[in-house]
Amino acid sequence: MKKIKLTLRQKRAVTGILFITPWLTGFLAYYVRSLILNVHFSLSKIEILKTGGYRATYTGLENYRYALLEHATFNQVLADSLRDILIDIPFIIFFSLFMAILLNTKFKGRAIVRIIFFLPILMGSGAVLESLEQATRNITGGASVTIAELAKTNEVNIDYFLYLFEDLGLPEVLVDYITGLVARIFEVVRASSVQIIIFLAALQSIPGSLYECAKIEGATAYETFWKITFPMVSPLILTNVVYTIVDFFVNSEVVDLAYEVAFTNYNYGLSAAMSTLSTAIVCLILVIVCTLISRKTFYYN
Amino acid sequence: MNIRDVRFFYGKINETVHDITFRSRTLSRVKSILLSIFRTVIITGMSYIILGPVINIVSNSFFSGSDIYNPSVFMVPLNPTLENYRRAFARLDYWNTLGYTFFYIVSITMMQILICSMVGYGFARFDFPFKKILFGCVIVTIVLPAHVIMLPLYQHFRNWDILGIIEAVTGDMGNLLSGETPMYLMTLFGTGLRSGLFIYIFRQFFRGLPKEIEEAALIDGAGPWYTYFGIMLVNAMPAVITVAVFSLVWQYNDMFYARLFSMPASHILTFRLSTLQATVEFADQVKDPLISQLAVYAGITLVLLPILVIYFMLQKYFVEGIERSGIVG
Repeated sequence: MKKIKLTLRQKRAVTGILFITPWLTGFLAYYVRSLILNVHFSLSKIEILKTGGYRATYTGLENYRYALLEHATFNQVLADSLRDILIDIPFIIFFSLFMAILLNTKFKGRAIVRIIFFLPILMGSGAVLESLEQATRNITGGASVTIAELAKTNEVNIDYFLYLFEDLGLPEVLVDYITGLVARIFEVVRASSVQIIIFLAALQSIPGSLYECAKIEGATAYETFWKITFPMVSPLILTNVVYTIVDFFVNSEVVDLAYEVAFTNYNYGLSAAMSTLSTAIVCLILVIVCTLISRKTFYYN
Repeated sequence: MNIRDVRFFYGKINETVHDITFRSRTLSRVKSILLSIFRTVIITGMSYIILGPVINIVSNSFFSGSDIYNPSVFMVPLNPTLENYRRAFARLDYWNTLGYTFFYIVSITMMQILICSMVGYGFARFDFPFKKILFGCVIVTIVLPAHVIMLPLYQHFRNWDILGIIEAVTGDMGNLLSGETPMYLMTLFGTGLRSGLFIYIFRQFFRGLPKEIEEAALIDGAGPWYTYFGIMLVNAMPAVITVAVFSLVWQYNDMFYARLFSMPASHILTFRLSTLQATVEFADQVKDPLISQLAVYAGITLVLLPILVIYFMLQKYFVEGIERSGIVG
């Protein structure tokens, strides 16, 4: 009896492996192999042969040294991208949670509003994004771009408000943070639509009985939020943070730079070094953020 | 205390109670009105932030050359024209390119659904050695940015060969670039555009389905493959629709792989859009970048339309699907 059960289990295991075989092949052939090759590229000087092949000569850490110490823009671009990621993440998470809560309440035209908020997912391609930025400048800059750029008379005198806030005694860092966010509000809102969906789904999966219970016990809305809503969506905060970091990084200028170095200057080794470096840094950030957040996370089950 | 006093007190208490309930009712009404005003303001503002640029693009696509230099024209064109659309249609070769693109993204999406659901099912329902580590690898493919593997992939498909067979037969290695084959191959092996995420979605969904369905199928004599294709995949409709929408949209918008594998611009609409401005300037002899930009706006409207139509058709199932498909933990 035991023998038959064991073979059945083994049979199931074989079927399971058969089910995942396509992915496993692809993972080994494309991901693992490419990752190893990429590290190999980054440690060598690559010459591209006429037949399309390549010859690699081992140079050690030369490419990394060049990227970090001698390349004109890499350091700057990398630091800028990282700073943008770190600045925007808290706001994106806060904003998308706030919007999800707002969209989760019942009001007229909810279906339409939801469609609008998911629209940015549809408009993700490069050319469309560039033109969207152009159009954003059009509507924020007044009548038409060129005219607006020539005559800056119609703009609000922001400096005045900044001085006002600083006179009030607000720390300069905070004022800079807020003005930076306001200036990039279009990008931030556009970057948080998937996060809103995820939070919305999380909010709807909270059992209604919890809220009824809290109401009977006499909890205020404030207490209900911090004792029920927030802990119940907190696992998804981690998901959203990871998604945001990855999404930001994929669209960041570091990727463009690595691409340009590879296919415009044909310096494969340097490009590989750049992508390895930036990926390593992002993975490090992910690990740190994940450990920090998962400590505070509450798991219902 | 006589009866009149009692009656008096009773009336007084009644009045107070009435007063209090009335006051709290008005208070809550004021609260809800304030809340709805607040909500309307925020939502309208945010919707404008999202829609504003889009409206601007659509309205600009009807601008004529004189409108763009007229500072008093904002949003509504004075001399509306379809010239930009005519140019964009011609230079995008719209219907042909759209046809190719749809064939491409639909076939890729079908492959994604089939392969990813299969892999997801394998991870959800079967026990085999190293399962946890392997699933960790799926998560890694979600998190790892594609540009860290782009150069080896490029080289791989530039000199494509399976264990030296092709070189032995033809004397030369196959060059799969400048075509869609690399993308088909990668999707077939579950490593296409964001396949990791789709595998994750399917796995979560299948884990949420009751085991009794499969047990019943097993007792009735269905093998694991029949159970998967005939029963589980049919039951996974919400997840299938979620993945279908995401895959269609992302594949449609993907520029990274299209550029990396130098796919022909005549087959990929968004790819062609990225060179539209240069094409219009060259082919139509439009030397003014502001005017050729108008053709790009028209092109964007044309490119966005089909995906909007798809989204509107599927959005009801899509939102439901996301809520039910178990992205949420």
